[in-house]
Amino acid sequence: MSVSDFDVDESRFSVVDAAPAPERRPAVAAALRALLPADCVLSRDEELRPYECDGLSVFRQQPMLVVLPRTEAELRAVLRECNRLQVPVVARGAGTGLSGGAMPHAAGVLLSLARFNRILDIDPLARTARVQPGVRNLAVSEAAAAYGLYYAPDPSSQIACSIGGNVAENSGGVHCLKYGLTLHNVLGLRGCTIDGEAIELGGGALDAPGLDLLALSIGSEGLLLIVTEVLLKLVPKPALAQVVMASFDDVGNAGEAVAAIIAAGIIPSGLEMMDRKATVAVEPFVKAGYDLNAAAILLAESDGTPEEVAEEVAAIERVLQAHGATAIAVSASEAERLRFWSGRKNAFPAAGRISPDYYCMDGTIPRNRLGHMLKAIEQMEQKYGLGCMNVFHAGDGNLHPLILFDANTAGEWERADRFGADILELCVQLGGTITGEHGVGVEKLNSMCVQFSAAERAAFFAVKRAFDPPGLLNPGKAIPTLARCAEYGRMHVRHGQLPHPELPRF
Amino acid sequence: MHVARMDAALQELRHRVMDADAAGTPLRLRGAGTKDFYGEHCEGALLDMRAYHGVVDYEPSELVITARCGTPLSQVERLLAQHQQFLAFEPPAFGGDPTIGGVIAAGLSGPRRFQAGAARDFVLGAVLLNARGELLHFGGKVIKNVAGFDLARLLCGSLGILGAITEVSIKVLPLPRTEQTLGLEIAAPEALSLFNRWGGQPLPISATAWNAGQAWVRLSGAPSAVRAARTRLGGEVLDDTGAVALWRSLRDQTHPFFRQPGALWRLSVPSSAAPLATSASQLIEWGGALRWCAGDMPADATRDLARSAGGSALHWRGGANGSRFDTLAPAVLEIHRRLKSRFDPRGIFNPGRLVAGL
Repeated sequence: MSVSDFDVDESRFSVVDAAPAPERRPAVAAALRALLPADCVLSRDEELRPYECDGLSVFRQQPMLVVLPRTEAELRAVLRECNRLQVPVVARGAGTGLSGGAMPHAAGVLLSLARFNRILDIDPLARTARVQPGVRNLAVSEAAAAYGLYYAPDPSSQIACSIGGNVAENSGGVHCLKYGLTLHNVLGLRGCTIDGEAIELGGGALDAPGLDLLALSIGSEGLLLIVTEVLLKLVPKPALAQVVMASFDDVGNAGEAVAAIIAAGIIPSGLEMMDRKATVAVEPFVKAGYDLNAAAILLAESDGTPEEVAEEVAAIERVLQAHGATAIAVSASEAERLRFWSGRKNAFPAAGRISPDYYCMDGTIPRNRLGHMLKAIEQMEQKYGLGCMNVFHAGDGNLHPLILFDANTAGEWERADRFGADILELCVQLGGTITGEHGVGVEKLNSMCVQFSAAERAAFFAVKRAFDPPGLLNPGKAIPTLARCAEYGRMHVRHGQLPHPELPRF
Repeated sequence: MHVARMDAALQELRHRVMDADAAGTPLRLRGAGTKDFYGEHCEGALLDMRAYHGVVDYEPSELVITARCGTPLSQVERLLAQHQQFLAFEPPAFGGDPTIGGVIAAGLSGPRRFQAGAARDFVLGAVLLNARGELLHFGGKVIKNVAGFDLARLLCGSLGILGAITEVSIKVLPLPRTEQTLGLEIAAPEALSLFNRWGGQPLPISATAWNAGQAWVRLSGAPSAVRAARTRLGGEVLDDTGAVALWRSLRDQTHPFFRQPGALWRLSVPSSAAPLATSASQLIEWGGALRWCAGDMPADATRDLARSAGGSALHWRGGANGSRFDTLAPAVLEIHRRLKSRFDPRGIFNPGRLVAGL
């Protein structure tokens, strides 16, 4: 196999391993304080500590400095100065990310977008919201509610997570099966490159000349540009939503029912699955009324006009019955619908109640392999001596196995880490991917070596260099270097490719 | 990469590319040629992508189809229709039978783009044949996938300037259970106002169009929802055959509007932009977001018109020679330059087709 490096010197993009430079701190702080008011630059250890990790707290690093600009002009000045001084810059939104994407750089500036927190404009006729990146996801829908509109992507963390972070990770949520990911709901971005230049990508018109740099920027994990404004698409609130909850005595049957719903031509607005370990963990906490005797439960939501919902709910019930559902309940009120969802939305905190620590995975597989994956995870629980509760965005094959461990017990985190890597490797073998919506960050760098060849990773570095020639934006994240993959030593697996790819198979 | 087992047609493509790269001679990538008119002028030795064809994978319950670049669109659509599924972005065929690789490389979408999304929204994965003859897999076959930069979607609409797309995985959707088209006799300003107001309401509208005092609205979905919306919106119901022919003629540009002599301009603007101040004959699609103008309009004034409405203008076809796309902002152009020089250092792939000089 030929290996290309696209002539990229990867070492320039992996300065995350560079030695911390506390001796540089006073000089860099002074240079930035010359540009910003004093309260915008934090440099004392006790001020820096709250920023040392994001939502994945096993990866921690204190930054050299934290900078909180208030305006785009200030932000551009910071970037220009960091570029001049060759200081890495790591952007941070609300800090709710689950892959360590906002973990600071020891010798770098942690750039908080927390003060970019204004909704600039809501245009009900054009159905758009222009917001700053620090605005919380849910705040957009709250502001749009007066016009009968909302912002569709709804990650579980939507009360806290920021739009800028959603853009960086291309976040999904329980409704993306029907309404799409962040990518499908962002019309335009304004951002700054490392040289302090402002650029605009996309906008209120649906097409723009040139390459689709808007699509490329969404999900780029802070490696390409710093976003300062986002133009979001708003959609009309459906007149009605109802949830069908079904019990199954076998997880395989539940997985087959998921594929059968889609095959019947139904696209539910949400289609989620929880195994018994998950329902048992959440039920005492939320009292959602889950069937604790069921091996798995499915939640399928239908939304639209009352006539449409009635038709679709009936169709969903028929499929579920035909696939061995042991009990079916349909939400009779909005309160009951929210109660059915509450367990799913609270699965992560519930894991935190039953186990000292948990490690959330995020792989995606073709939905007809759900049963296979669940059985494999059961075997891994034996192999690693750790429990795992499973909550899935089943409709789009996105898995969130929560591996339960105790960081204070020697060796448990290492076992959980290997358990997770095994799940991700199986995702790739089954034709899926190592991350559906949480991003690679620092967490899944090794697994990237399994999913992508050296030439593919070189192409990613080529993109990185086209936007960020000095390699200062979030260095060391998202794309592993050749050296790191060589050290990890696992084989690159061609995406679920079978031995004879030339044979048609459908 | 199992070179020994690689398809002969793919091997041939790789060798043509590697030879061109070694010699530094440009290639002009082409499928069925249905979009030869589209984009900037481009010179190069023809590289016909049609020999590498065939559906590689299709599992209806997974809502994804994977096909080699040379697969005819008609073959893909027939196969999907057998399972009551379709390509919801309604790629235009322009009266021919484009290849699926060409559909994605051009990234054009039809009337349903208004509601369902654009070609790029449905791209899940792509295989790129780069200048070194390497086959790079980006994205995959699953809907949610954030591993690595989204190069599969970058390739959609790239018009081949970064390399040749050899295989694509595209999300498909179930066919709407029922469709009905309403016709209303109204002027353009009223049509634009209605399209935008309806867009903010939970109505099953899947396409809109307006031309010469006549608006059309297509409703798609559950029979009960379409019935309820029809009552609410009013207008005349078109017979099914006429409705299918109408949307097909808009999608493929066989509608009489598109057959006028002279230049045709495509203005992409926010749907709520005011009616354009032009005397040119217009056809409006996508809820107001796409405004076609026919007539030999001065290029600079047309581009200014689009820009002041918050969008851009594309000289689609006909009329005088000159650049087709709007120019890019300098900082954005610089990123394009760097991408091109990294992916195609010797400039062999479709030079200048998307951006002059690249």
